[in-house]
Formats: sequence, C-alpha cells, structure tokens
Amino acid sequence: MLEVIGVDSVSDLFRSIPADSRAKGPLDLPPPLSEHELLGLLQSLADANRSAATGELLSFLGAGATAHGIPQALDDIIRRTEFLTAYTPYQAEISQGTLQAVFEFQTLVCELFGLEVANASMYDGATATAEALLMTRRIKRRDRFVVSEGLHPEYMETCETILSGLSEAELVRIPLGADGRTDASAMKAALAEAPSACLVVQSPNIFGVVEDLAPLANLAHEADALAIAVVTEMVSLSLLEPPGACDFDIAVGEGVGYAVPVSLGGPGVGLFATRDKFKRQMPGRLIGETLDANGVRGYVMTLATREQHIRREKATSNICTNQGLIALCFTIASSLLGRSGFTQLGHLNFAKAQYAREAIAALDGFELRYVAPAFNEFAVRVSGGDATALVNDLAADGILPGVAMGRFDPAWKDTLLVTVTELHRREDIDRLVTALAKKGASS
Amino acid sequence: MTQSCVTPGLLHYEPPIFEIGAPGRNGASLPALDVPDVDPATSLGNLARKSPPGFPEASEVEVMRHFVRLSQWNHAIDLGMYPLGSCTMKYNPKVNEATARLPGLAGLHPYQPESHLQGALRLLWELDQALSEISGFARTTLQPAAGAHGELTGLMLIRAYLTTAGNPRSKVIIPDTAHGTNPASVALNGYKPVLVKTGADGVLLPADVEAVLDEDVAAIMVTNPNTLGIYETHLPKIAEMVHDAGGLVYMDGANLNAIMGKVKPGDLGVDVMHFNLHKTFSTPHGGGGPGAGPVGVVERLVPYLPRPTVEKHGDQFTLDLDRPESIGRVRSFYGNFGVLVRAFTYIRELGGEGLTQATEMAVLNANYIRARLKEAFPPSHDVDTLHETVFSGKLLKKETGVITMDVAKRLMDHGFHPPTVYFPLIVPEALMIEPTETEPPEELDRFCDAMLHIHAEAHDSPETVHAAPLQVGLRRLDETRAARKPRLRWTPPEETE
Amino acid sequence: MSDIPNDLQYTKEHEWARVTDDVVRLGITRHAADQLGDITMVELPREGDEVQKDDEFGTIESVKAVSAVYSPVSGTIVRVNEILEDNPEYINDDPYDVGWLVEIQMSNTSEVDELMDAAAYKTFAAEQED
Repeated sequence: MLEVIGVDSVSDLFRSIPADSRAKGPLDLPPPLSEHELLGLLQSLADANRSAATGELLSFLGAGATAHGIPQALDDIIRRTEFLTAYTPYQAEISQGTLQAVFEFQTLVCELFGLEVANASMYDGATATAEALLMTRRIKRRDRFVVSEGLHPEYMETCETILSGLSEAELVRIPLGADGRTDASAMKAALAEAPSACLVVQSPNIFGVVEDLAPLANLAHEADALAIAVVTEMVSLSLLEPPGACDFDIAVGEGVGYAVPVSLGGPGVGLFATRDKFKRQMPGRLIGETLDANGVRGYVMTLATREQHIRREKATSNICTNQGLIALCFTIASSLLGRSGFTQLGHLNFAKAQYAREAIAALDGFELRYVAPAFNEFAVRVSGGDATALVNDLAADGILPGVAMGRFDPAWKDTLLVTVTELHRREDIDRLVTALAKKGASS
Repeated sequence: MTQSCVTPGLLHYEPPIFEIGAPGRNGASLPALDVPDVDPATSLGNLARKSPPGFPEASEVEVMRHFVRLSQWNHAIDLGMYPLGSCTMKYNPKVNEATARLPGLAGLHPYQPESHLQGALRLLWELDQALSEISGFARTTLQPAAGAHGELTGLMLIRAYLTTAGNPRSKVIIPDTAHGTNPASVALNGYKPVLVKTGADGVLLPADVEAVLDEDVAAIMVTNPNTLGIYETHLPKIAEMVHDAGGLVYMDGANLNAIMGKVKPGDLGVDVMHFNLHKTFSTPHGGGGPGAGPVGVVERLVPYLPRPTVEKHGDQFTLDLDRPESIGRVRSFYGNFGVLVRAFTYIRELGGEGLTQATEMAVLNANYIRARLKEAFPPSHDVDTLHETVFSGKLLKKETGVITMDVAKRLMDHGFHPPTVYFPLIVPEALMIEPTETEPPEELDRFCDAMLHIHAEAHDSPETVHAAPLQVGLRRLDETRAARKPRLRWTPPEETE
Repeated sequence: MSDIPNDLQYTKEHEWARVTDDVVRLGITRHAADQLGDITMVELPREGDEVQKDDEFGTIESVKAVSAVYSPVSGTIVRVNEILEDNPEYINDDPYDVGWLVEIQMSNTSEVDELMDAAAYKTFAAEQED
C-alpha cells in the first residue's frame, strides 16, 4: 500500500502536521484488554451498582424514566446489524428498511398524540420540549413562553438553558393550583399580560396529576398563543384523551418507557407532533412516501430544506439526525403491544397504581398530596417532612419507594412520587405498603 | 457490469405494519390483573380517551417477519464498506453491545441514591478522564446527545464565559468548508455566523481570519482536519490571534479519527471541542442515532459545564448539582449512558496504543484510495490529506455527462454504500471518501476497482450509469413527488384516491 | 443560453420583469428554474405587503436547495400568483408565463432603469457560466 501511495512509511502520511503541533508523548491510557477481560471489567462496574433489573431491588421510581416490560422479540430485531450499523438514510435505495420503519414511527406518534404530522424523533423529551418552544417562537415571532410548573423540572431547566442564548427570551412560570393542576386563572392572567408564543403544560404532570387539557388550549388560543402538551409517560395515552383531541397545536414526549431499558436515563427518544399546517416550521427529520422509477412504493427523507445542511443558519433546528435505533425500538414495541395490548397495558398500570394509592393513603403518617385523577404515578406527603430520609431508610431493605421530590425543589421535600406499573405484582405493592406502614408508625 | 458482487436476493416487498394482521390481534405479553379492577373510563370521566390510538394489529411472528424483512432492505457496515466522508463508518465491535446490556448498567434509574450508582459514576468519571487525555483538555462533559448538541453546548459555554467577562459578543467566524450544523448551532445560540473563505491550498489562512476579526467576535469554529481532509496547519497561529482579540476557539471534533494519538487539540490553543462518540469511538449509528457528543474544555471553562458533573472524592463518586456558574442542563438526566458505556468499552479494548494505531490505519487506507483514484477523479487540492479525501467528478461530468449522483447510485450495484456527495459545497461534483481503519486492503481494492469500472462505464455506456441503481431492490426514488405532495404518515388505503 | 424573451427585462439575480405603466410583474428566468431543478414549494408575500428595492420577498425551493427572490424595485405587492401554492411545477413548465410570481406597484418607477435588456442579460448569464 505504501508503494502505491508513494511514501516510505506511515509516518510520512502525517507530514502535513507541523512538528510543534504533535502530541508530546503517547496517550496515557490503561493498556488494551481482551474481550474476556472487558466483560470482567464492565461486570465489576455493574456489580458496584444496585439495579432493579437484577432482582435485588424493588423499585417504584418513575418521574420521567419509568421502566415497563420490554418484549423479548425487540432485542432480536434491533441486533439485526442491518439496523444497528446503518448510518442515517442518505441513500434511499439502500436504506428502505430504516426509512420505512421511521415512516411507521411517525404514524404511531401521530396516532398517540392525535395530531397530523410527526417528525423522525428528537434526542429526548426535554430537548423536544425546548424545540417546541423555539418552533412557536418562529411561528408567532414572539419571545415569551408561559410554562406550567407541572412540567418536569429537568425539562424546564433544559428549556431555560437552550433559550439562554436568545437575549429577548422570557420564560414565565405558572404555579400549580391547590388541586395539583395548573392554575388556569394564573395562566390566563399571564397570557393576557403580554403577547406570548405559547403555553406549555405536562400531563400527567410532575406530581402524576392528569391535567384537564382542553380548557388550557382554549386559553392559549384566546390569547393568540399556541398550546404545547408534554407527555413523559407515553403509556398514559392509552387511557387519556390525547393532546390533539384537546385542541393542542404541538405535542412532545419521551418515548423510552416501554421501548428500551431506563439505562440511567439515556438514550431517550423525543417524540414530536403537530398540525399539518405547521409542518414546514417543524424541527427534525421527516420521512415521506413516494414511488421509485418503476412505480413501486418507497420512502425518502423529505422537506429537507428546513434542515441545517441546506438552510444553515436559517434552519428550523441544528439537529442532524434522529434517535434512529430508539425510535425503531418504540416502533417495534408499539407494534407488538398492538391496539388491544396497549389499552390493556394502560388498564393494568392504572388499576395497580390505584390499588397502591388507596393503600398508602390509608396509612398513618402518609397523605395524598393531591386527590385529582392520576395515571400510574401519585404524590404522597410524608409525616416528619423528609422523603429523602424515608427513601434512604427503605433502600437499605432493598425497596426504592419512589422519587423524593426534594431533589427538584426544597419546597417539595416532604413529598414522595410513587410510580406503579404492570411490572409490580400485588405482593410487590403489598411489600411496599407494609414497609411504609412500619416507617409511618415509627415516625 | 463485468462481474456483479451482489444479486437481487430474496427480498420481500413489505407493506407498512398497519396493513398486516387482523382486527383484535396483538403480540403483547402482559400479566393478568391481580388487584381489584377499576374502570378507567368511569374514574377519568371527560379526561378518558374516546378511541384507542391506531396501533397495528399483528401477532408476534408477523411483527418479527415484518422488521426482519425491512432490515434486509438496508445497507450496513456489517454488510460492506460504507465510505461516507466525515461520518467515520468504522466497524463496531460486538463486545460493546454485550457490555451495554449488562442488567447492572442498563437497569439503573437516574434517581437512585448515589450509593447505588457507584459503578456507573466511576465509568462516567473514567470516560471523562480518558476523553480529556485524548484531547488535551481539563474536563469533558458527557451530557450532549449528539455532535450538533455538543456544538450548541460548546457555544453556550463560550457565551457564558464571555458574559462573565463582561460582553458575550455577537459573531462567530466559520470557514466555508464547515458542516451546516455549525452555522445552525451558532444561530440557535444567538450569534451571527461570519463566513471566511478557505485558502487556495485548502487550509484557513491567518490573513483571511485577521480580515474579519474584531472585538465583536466571540469565537472561531474550526473543523480539524477540515472537511477536505486537510490538516489546518495554521490553527495555533489563528488561535493566538483570536485569543489576542478576546475570543475563544471552538474545534469541531467530527474528524478526530485523523489525529487521535497524534495531536491533542488542547495543545493547539483550542478551548472547546465536541467529540462524536458514534464516529471516532465506534458506537453504532443505529440508522441515525443515538449518538453522543461530549464536550471537552480547557480549565477556564470548567465552571460553566452543564450540571450535574461527576466528581470523585477518594474512592467515592458523586453527582455535583451545586454548580452556580453552570449553563444548566442541556437535556434530561446525565447523557446517553448506553452509548457512553459502548465508547468506554471501546477505549479500554484498544488502549492508547490501539487508538493511535487506528488513526494511522485510517490515514493509510484513505491515502491508498486517493492514490488509486486520483487520475480518474482528481482530488480537490494537490496537498496531503489525512483520513479522507474529497474527489471531484467535474472532469467526468464534462467528458461524459455522468454526474456525481450517478456514480454514487451505480456504486450500490457493486455492493458499496456511496461516499458523501456534493459536500463540501466548495468542491464541484464532490465525492468525499472516508474508508476508516477497519476496512481490509482487499475491500479497499474492490471499492477502487468499482469506482474505476464506473469511470470507464461512464465513457462507454453513460445511459447505464444514469439509470443506476439497477441491482438493488428499488430504482431511483422520486424525491420531487415526495416534497410536492408530502405523505408523512400511513393512512388507510380507502382514504387515499 | 437560450429562452430569453426579448420583450422582458432582467436582473442579476436571474429574475425577469415585465413593466406595464407603474406595475411590474416578476418571475425567475428559465436559466434560474433549470438551475434549481424540480421546484417543490414557493413562498410568496401577501397582497398589500410593502417591499424595498433589493429586499428578499420570497423563497423558491427544490428538493435540495432554497433560493431567495429579490425585488428589483420598491413598492406594494398588488397581485400574487396564488396558483403556485399548489402547482409550484408551473415555474419549471413555463417560467415566463403561468410561472410568474408577483406584481408590484412601484413607488419609484425610475428604479426599472437599472434592469438589463435581453441582450445584456444573455451576456451576463454566459459570463456566469464560465
């Protein structure tokens, strides 16, 4: 090879790099390992954790990262290296597998949200929310965003960070009312105060409370603003009226729940859907159906003129790709669950959470923070006021009873968010209730 | 074609999943209800969904066949060479898939107590350390989910630093060879991109930067080696000039595979750089993601890194949320952990010597292709290139009327994915070829033979090349039709005309 | 470089203008339409919008490019070729007739003096080719 190239050594190939720019010495990294050693090393790191997936913990953690059952067939499909090791589908004729799967993904997201168009996915729910804000900014040419404090605090912070470079941007927070839902009168007042691009509301919200979406969409539209709905638990849409049917203009969400393991919260897959009339203002990749030269149905990337590689600084977003493989997981898992299975999954989550909620509410030392309808997550006030201490106590017994909400806001430190899914058997819930009863009695 | 290395094979025309199965059917496996039943519709009242989402209605075997059949319509790195320039399509070792799936890693919840996450936090800490060593930076945040997300994060760090210094400034200098993400990320962060032309030798010249440099410049964004595959020899000088003018230097690390182990960007005066773990560190592309775009920074930018960071105290690891100068989170949770585990595994598999050797092999392979193709497809510049070369199809177009897109489509008939085409924009009829280090010499020869065969065919039988692809499942797809009347979701056949 | 009607005037942005009293009808030339390829979308201003000379007043998109169109004159948009919204391909089919873009009522009719005639545009376009 060197002879064909016409150099004497490989180092000659680097002669364009000036001598004083070169690294001073070899990389100071641990020595190479064989596969056997690697598996041993990573297993030892895994063993230094405690994981609900190994059966050593009973976990009721959720708050935007809720584990559900993942079908066995799914991993077999995504380990097909034709999916796993393909790049973004630049050349349609030899990327039909990826393209058609994304087209199916877009359809599923539309169906879930009750909206007309969906993109090929964003990084996660939080960045999808920030992108939705930016989209309403483009449509309304306004820099004011009215956001319910029921939005996941990490989503809120992501929006603040991403807006931070735009000096005119203003994010107005609307508190939750006494019933745990967004305070509609405060929302109305904030929208009336100054022209706004949108309102943002999450349902079920960070405390698990199901929001009454339709009136909120009305408030937005009366103020000539757009309405954005955020859903961090997609299973809830099996039972809850979707944002599109409640007249919302944009819906975003996090799609990992029943598609991939929680994996410390990443990778995620941001879902994004809107009305047909806004499709050209959408961020992200879009796949469309077309025909080939012989008239056979096929799929291509389309409306790419919105994107960064063509419109550069005027693009609708800087995003280049999507979360391809995770979007595929979502497509496969949704396909396997099917219409009837998805509804059944929702029913299981709802009934089991209801069972746990009633049992915990009946305990001494615990009260429901809100009584409004919930889906599979609910907030409990802990007597003594320190949910973190309770979590640490129970963790020692191998139970993670929920998320101590003080991690998001010191004002919420008495509150525990408990998430119950189809994975929890009745005896698991009973075990949680018994453990909580002991703590409640002793406090 | 004298000899085809692909056949049409047994490919199924596969309808959308929504056209498969029958009403009521599903492939779900769900437990029986073991608690008292409640009727959601009654409990939820007007909040209840009126009709279920239109999910497919198919059995497990139908779903399985559907997706396996779809997979067969994809080209992939495990099927053959995938020489997309600037995308670094290297082979992805399968051990990375095994480690990322360990239940003790994949099953972790981000809100578990830190004492439950010591192994994961150690992994994140050590990956930060390794990437910082490779790039010559003080710290590396692992939070950004992709390269473009890393760019945005890096620019926010620059803005935060300059704001603290008194003035965020308003402009960012970008060379004309830059990826489209650079100006898009700049605009998204409230800056105005200022274009600077690449010099005649394909490198950025200090004088050209000088001409646009003033006290409104927040930063310069440079890809090194640039998208022509050419090393930016003047980068240290340019960095010095930008620093003297009070600006910072951002390096797009998309092409790190050309210099890893040879050059540390931190030594060149670069202040911020994003990595593409899905390129340089061999995490699978997955048909478009997930990737990861960590950002390395020099000491003075460390306080601004997104929170939380992982910190080490003795042999304990913590998540540091209390970072008052932080730009804040750029996403939920801590990053694409599953991708980070794969990249960590890759780095430990190769070690420092292995990573440096990967760079050498990548540059050797690229230069071999250049030597074999340079007569037929003249390179953009007559100077040394590293991990990739941009060839021009301008001569071929002039001689035969065959354009770069035709050549790209004809390569499919030879069993290869086409290179990146029509980029960078400054090279007419561009073909940007990056073989990576993992291609064996025989595969490189087969690829070059195919390119030369197509070159000859363009002269002998241009209509064949115009009509390509001829051997893959579909013929050329009508993108105009897709854009004029967009069909972006499946609808039941009776609803269409 | 063919298909440059003699009865029209031209700009360096490869647009044509047909001047009738104080109203000018604008479109893009055959050369520009061919360069863009199959046009997939046209974004035009609304009737009543004001434009300044050299302002971008709309965009024309093909599958892989976006091209801005600039007004050679100042004035008010009095007519928009709305048929293009659903039939952008008319620009490819017949850029000088059914593919026209807008009509502008000029506020300063002397601005049309800067336009090129067909011969001058022919020379200009040929120079650009090289």
